[in-house]
Amino acid sequence: MSGTGYQPGEPILKVNGLWMKFGGVTALRDVCYEMPEKIIQAVIGPNGAGKTTLFNCISGMLGPSEGSIIFLGHAIEGIVPHRIARAGIARTFQHVALFKKMTVLENVMMGRHPRTGSGMFAAGLRLPGMRSEEKLIRSKALEYLEFAGLAGCARVESGTLPIGKQKILEIARALATEPRLILLDEPAGGLNMKETEDLGELIQGIKKLGVTVMLVEHDMNLIMDISDRVLVLHYGEVLASGTPAEIKENSAVIEAYLGAENDN
Amino acid sequence: MGTDFLQYVISGITIGAIYAMVAIGYNIIYSVTEIINFAQGEFVMLGGLFAVFFAGTLHLPLYLAFICAVAVAGCLGLAMDRFIIGRARESSVLSLIIITIAVSILLKGSAMLAWGKDPYSLPAFSSGGPIMVAGAAIQPQALWITGICALVVIGLTLFFRKSVYGQAMLACANNPQAARLVGIPVRYMVFLSFILSAAIGAAAGVIITPVSMMEYERGALLGLKGFGAAAFGGLGQFFGALVAGLILGLAESFCAGYLSSGYKDAVALVLLLMVLFLKPEGLFGNREAARLKKF
Amino acid sequence: MGRRNWAIMLGAAAFIGAFPWLVMPFKAVSHYVDVMVFAGIFSLVCIGLSLLMGYAGQISLAQAAFFGIGAYTSGILTSKLGVNPWIAMCAGTAVCAAVAWLVGVPALRLKGHYLAMATLGFGVIVNIIFAEEVNWTGGPSGMADIPYLRFFGRKITSELAWYYLVWGIVFLVLIFCFHVIHSRVGRALRAIHEDERAAESVGVPTASFKVKVFMLSAVLASIAGSLYTHYVTCLNPSSFNLMWSIRFMLMVMVGGMQSLWGALVGTVLMTFVGNEWLQVFAELEILAYGAILLVVALFLPGGIVSLGSLRRKKHASALEGAGT
Repeated sequence: MSGTGYQPGEPILKVNGLWMKFGGVTALRDVCYEMPEKIIQAVIGPNGAGKTTLFNCISGMLGPSEGSIIFLGHAIEGIVPHRIARAGIARTFQHVALFKKMTVLENVMMGRHPRTGSGMFAAGLRLPGMRSEEKLIRSKALEYLEFAGLAGCARVESGTLPIGKQKILEIARALATEPRLILLDEPAGGLNMKETEDLGELIQGIKKLGVTVMLVEHDMNLIMDISDRVLVLHYGEVLASGTPAEIKENSAVIEAYLGAENDN
Repeated sequence: MGTDFLQYVISGITIGAIYAMVAIGYNIIYSVTEIINFAQGEFVMLGGLFAVFFAGTLHLPLYLAFICAVAVAGCLGLAMDRFIIGRARESSVLSLIIITIAVSILLKGSAMLAWGKDPYSLPAFSSGGPIMVAGAAIQPQALWITGICALVVIGLTLFFRKSVYGQAMLACANNPQAARLVGIPVRYMVFLSFILSAAIGAAAGVIITPVSMMEYERGALLGLKGFGAAAFGGLGQFFGALVAGLILGLAESFCAGYLSSGYKDAVALVLLLMVLFLKPEGLFGNREAARLKKF
Repeated sequence: MGRRNWAIMLGAAAFIGAFPWLVMPFKAVSHYVDVMVFAGIFSLVCIGLSLLMGYAGQISLAQAAFFGIGAYTSGILTSKLGVNPWIAMCAGTAVCAAVAWLVGVPALRLKGHYLAMATLGFGVIVNIIFAEEVNWTGGPSGMADIPYLRFFGRKITSELAWYYLVWGIVFLVLIFCFHVIHSRVGRALRAIHEDERAAESVGVPTASFKVKVFMLSAVLASIAGSLYTHYVTCLNPSSFNLMWSIRFMLMVMVGGMQSLWGALVGTVLMTFVGNEWLQVFAELEILAYGAILLVVALFLPGGIVSLGSLRRKKHASALEGAGT
């Protein structure tokens, strides 16, 4: 990771001329965007607009074909995901990706991984440093569970939770990595109205912690309620960006969405 | 020197054709189910030993023994899928691997009980002495082997490219759900793939037995080398399997001739490891497609 | 490592400690001590394999090769070069760790079938080397006259001494591995098993963890190999072939992959089956192994140790079904 220093107030994430091609298909086409810190940034667009691909590029799951991604002043494109997690970007997945056979608490404890360091020998020999670290992992994880409102089911096997709680747990696990930026891929997918409302509050709570939130979402009410800025992708290109109010009025966006609906 | 070289080329091509056929067996099942059948080598061994049984014990004519051995192996392949793999289709990849390994040990153990530990041989398919070409001897059986291998490759390529059944089988691999929706009987296609794969493996076993004999424990190594050819050529690629099989056969033959006969078995395996480590999608495979698959 | 595991550990230790005194008075079963020494040696291999396969979800058909590398390193260093057996044992683990690293880094990038084939191929290559390097290993006819282990200058020859030495090591290794499992590292391994992508996303360097646990399993196999060498004092490549890798896998499967106790139970049981009870039907041995492996993989994927919790699980899932 090389690059210049990062001054507070600068954009936390700068995406520059990002291209992603799969064989003959272009999923991202020259995407440029700068994102301010400590906001809730929504990314919207019709299916296949490249939202998840953008997330995958930022979180290191995909190496972009071209272009740069600058996070906190460092170029991170093409870096492996676990390094990116360590650098301060956490994410959730469109289809919940919990460790289903592990307990709720253990899932969040997994989130502490990049902030801890005991190795196999320290663990096997139960060295004092490792023991105190393990205690800290547990108490921190409990804190995040508390924050997410899941403390009640800490000992439950996570795969048995209802889908709504699984989605929240995934967010708690991501938060436990102490990210500066958290990427939420359709967090409200599969949730009912009440759960979606709670989710909105949780996301605003995350923002209050000083964590920048970037979310892909189809639930327009949720987006209009909570987001500070909205980025619209269309066929892999940036169509528009601005405040939710601006986006609502944007004629290109309206046309794209209506056009997409007419296609259906 | 020149004669030696030619002789090694000939034996390399002969054994390479066998590896190619084993590799094709892997490819067929893999193409349809994305399973790698660790028992593939045992079908080769069984083909050889059943041919010995039909020709040597029952005194059937050789061509009939060939057909019977291949048919029996095909039935065993069907039974393997019908009674074992079919029950475990929802299992994890790890379980599937273990299950096919278990089947391979069962087949090996049964063969040991039935035929004992001695190697058996078959008479060559056609009598007559070797044909001399530039000082090198070509056994007629080598011609049979390469010929049958070529027939299998051409036949299967046509089958998968042109015939409705072949197309339907490939569709099952790409997207079983969609295949079911358009009315392809996926289950039967899977049966068919196991039958075909076992039968081709057995055919390879029958034609190699006159050259190098056959015993109960030959299966594992033949299977492993065949897999080497399949991986080298790119899993699912029939032409790739042929080329890779020949390359492996030649490499092995040259190693035995010029370096060390003891290490000839290791050559194919070292090549296998190098392919898996450096280019797991194989010579003719597609990297993009390979990334999506389950290995 | 939890109160329950400590309790089981104490019980197991008490049983293992008392076992020789229970069987030795009876002539018909007094040689069970010898069988148990082998079971202990194999347990070391299987504990490693259980970590690798049951916890981290990575298959390996090369454990017999690492077992063999440890055995031959000890054998060659002590009998041909006169090195102290304990130092030779350490050398064996170093060699195994290095080889496991060399093979593991590229191999563990592969998944499922390809990983199985790669480890299988590696195992067979190693076995060919054992058979071909006649000057060092004695080739297919094997190598004999390997010196005994010494402990403070005294030869360890009696079965009983071996028994306690081997099982002492097994319990130390077991405690070490339980500690690993119930730690950050162990959780990361289980996470890799369940969802590699998600594990990466929370900062687990999956590739390096997989290589580490592969190396640990190789080192354990190597220690087992060194002990084996000095116990039987002769070596033959056929003790380290593919069939043995499959046997180790079978031992772990029978007991139960998802638990170290399973590895232990399966190993002891299958060692008795193989060394003792199936001896009468030597011809049927391969067949029996295939059948057992198949039955376990199809019908009892959790192994013997899952039998106890099966009923609880069923009860729980019935409740769950009622809830939804």
